[in-house]
Amino acid sequence: MCGLAGILNFGGEPVDPEVLGDMVAMLRHRGPDERGLVIRNSVGFGHARLSIIDIAGGRQPMQSHNNELMITFNGEIFNYLELREDLARAGHRFRTRSDTEVILHLYQRYGEHCVDYLNGQWSFAIWDKRNRKLFASRDRLGVRPFFYACTRDALVFGSEIKAIFAHPGIVHDLDPHGLEQIFTFWATLPPSTPFRGVYELPPGHSLVLQGGQLTVRRYWRLQFEPASGVSSDPEHLVEELLELLTDATRIRLRADVPVGAYLSGGLDSTLTTSLIRRVHSGPLKTFSVGFEDRDYDESAFQREASTFLETEHDSVRCTYDDIADVFPRVIWHTEMPILRTAPAPLFLLSRLVREDGFKVVVTGEGSDELFGGYDIYKEAKIRRFWAKQPASTLRPRLLGRLYPYMQDIQKQSPAYLAAFFHVRPGDLEDPFFSHLPRWELTSRLKMFFSDEIKTELHGYDPLEELRAQLPPDFGRMDPFCQSQFLETAYLLPGYILSSQGDRMAMAHAVEGRYPFLDHRVVSFAATIPATLKMKALNEKHILKRAARGLVPDSIIARHKQPYRAPDGRSFFNGKHREYVQDTLSSSSVRDAGLFKPDAVNGLLSKFAAGHANGTKDNMALVGILSTALIMDQFILNFRRSPHLCSHEFTNCAAS
Amino acid sequence: MQSRVHELRSFVVKNFLFGEDQRLDNADSFLDNGIIDSTGILELVMYLQHTYEIEIYDEELIPDNLDSVNRLAAFVEHKLAMPAVSKVS
Repeated sequence: MCGLAGILNFGGEPVDPEVLGDMVAMLRHRGPDERGLVIRNSVGFGHARLSIIDIAGGRQPMQSHNNELMITFNGEIFNYLELREDLARAGHRFRTRSDTEVILHLYQRYGEHCVDYLNGQWSFAIWDKRNRKLFASRDRLGVRPFFYACTRDALVFGSEIKAIFAHPGIVHDLDPHGLEQIFTFWATLPPSTPFRGVYELPPGHSLVLQGGQLTVRRYWRLQFEPASGVSSDPEHLVEELLELLTDATRIRLRADVPVGAYLSGGLDSTLTTSLIRRVHSGPLKTFSVGFEDRDYDESAFQREASTFLETEHDSVRCTYDDIADVFPRVIWHTEMPILRTAPAPLFLLSRLVREDGFKVVVTGEGSDELFGGYDIYKEAKIRRFWAKQPASTLRPRLLGRLYPYMQDIQKQSPAYLAAFFHVRPGDLEDPFFSHLPRWELTSRLKMFFSDEIKTELHGYDPLEELRAQLPPDFGRMDPFCQSQFLETAYLLPGYILSSQGDRMAMAHAVEGRYPFLDHRVVSFAATIPATLKMKALNEKHILKRAARGLVPDSIIARHKQPYRAPDGRSFFNGKHREYVQDTLSSSSVRDAGLFKPDAVNGLLSKFAAGHANGTKDNMALVGILSTALIMDQFILNFRRSPHLCSHEFTNCAAS
Repeated sequence: MQSRVHELRSFVVKNFLFGEDQRLDNADSFLDNGIIDSTGILELVMYLQHTYEIEIYDEELIPDNLDSVNRLAAFVEHKLAMPAVSKVS
């Protein structure tokens, strides 16, 4: 796992090694083991390496034996051994044992279709000298990041936006449209980012730059097609699912360094850890995050899972102060405003993993999206059920079964529960039915936007932009699948795998590996009938059946608790935090021009008085604070990493 | 009654709209306009109980009583006019 960067000058002038070196320097946290630069006239690739596979031979950027191709690659190709064997049989000769070289050979053989053969998590760029073509690609689900921007004279790309901002030709500017998207969906809509002119390559897409033309193409699409010619016999499905998941886990243990696992105390990570146990003998180290605040703490379940699976367990205990203390650094890594503090404890967790000497962890992300674990699916199901008999007084009572961990929901009277979740005429036909309550609630935060921002956003509807991106058959999809699609195609890469995933783990050079996101598992899960994913109101039904005997019964039976962390309270817990006051002072807010200073002041007063407890107030505080920190760290006071000297590059070539 | 409306409006504007009150009509539904979310109701009830020293029963937690400035004012007036037995002693 690593960080990549690159420059391609359109006019043919040579790439400046100092500029490219500065870009790589910004990614040192992702790849502390080695750094490399290769410049071929007007094309330069840089790399910061976290050595995991073929420690000695996998140095990057790598060139093919005839120097026709060069590659800079971040990620892992888990089926590289099988691919290498096939390629060797077809006459390809390898100089290293690395997965990087396998991609080069695959490209030589299959060109842009090489990505169809990969099972893994990647972003890479290949310079094809003979065809004068740049080919870049990002994995199917968006585990690994790839950002790019254009100046008048060059294409500039990198694993993180901070690398792109180290290029002197790139303008640093916040994009209000990206902000509007985050304050609706909790994430930007690819290819948008929070920054004007900086784009992300969407998951499942490749980018080609050739003959002055930049093209972004989809090579894979997430498809939910339940029950189309697939067995609906649960026993058969369970068997096949377990077989796939076991293999997905097995190939994710391939590494020349020890592999650990995250253990959250929930079903998903306990199952993936259990599957590691099935295919790997010997000691296994597991890691988890616990909370001082009992409302969020799952330590008891984590200990139980660890004991059951006989792992050596280590955990970090997170306090309110910890969250507030690391928050500015967390935002430096998310590179995006966030509405929840949930990434912060994961930042602390990856630090623990790193301190324990581990570079790789297997984790359970993706399961809730694919197997129907989220409460938003349940909420939509109840609302839909109720809407069929709006006069029913019994049906809305089911709403009381939602969100058992959220006190403000639990304390509601039936009349208000019904009012909050009421289905309006026409809602049922809306393909966004499941997500409208969440998006509408989040959109209320825009009341804090300044008049300038509102003027700039006048006439812009983020829902329309999303609608335009959806597959043509989205409107005809099963409603449960529509909901799953929105979670898997947008929130998963846009927030879970990025702000909570790659960026938090890589802040301390830790690589996450996700068996549930093996594309074979994803494609299989997408065909399972919705009724077997959520049977009545029992979430992840089929997965729970698969987990029997592999996971403690108590963990299968427990009510699912989504991973959360204390939000606003972390910043108003007695300890005076200068950066919160400075960043959100009336003058700072006025100067930044994004939010209304008086309204922000009112929000702060409400928190200071201890009167702010609600979801909306908490999201507003975290969203406004993180946006202000983004503005400060990336626009107003961007800090370049210290210049790297040439001896700090282990691999440096120019021609 | 007018002063009650004024008091309650001030609370709603300060607490839920953070001072941005230009467009709030006293008859506007808090729910329809997204002014109050699920937690907001609890905040509102706590405020009413504390400020007016009234007790509010579960069956009174309905939009008819609480869903606009005017309804709130009428509800508070009604509660205050009730015999002392329903007030917090």
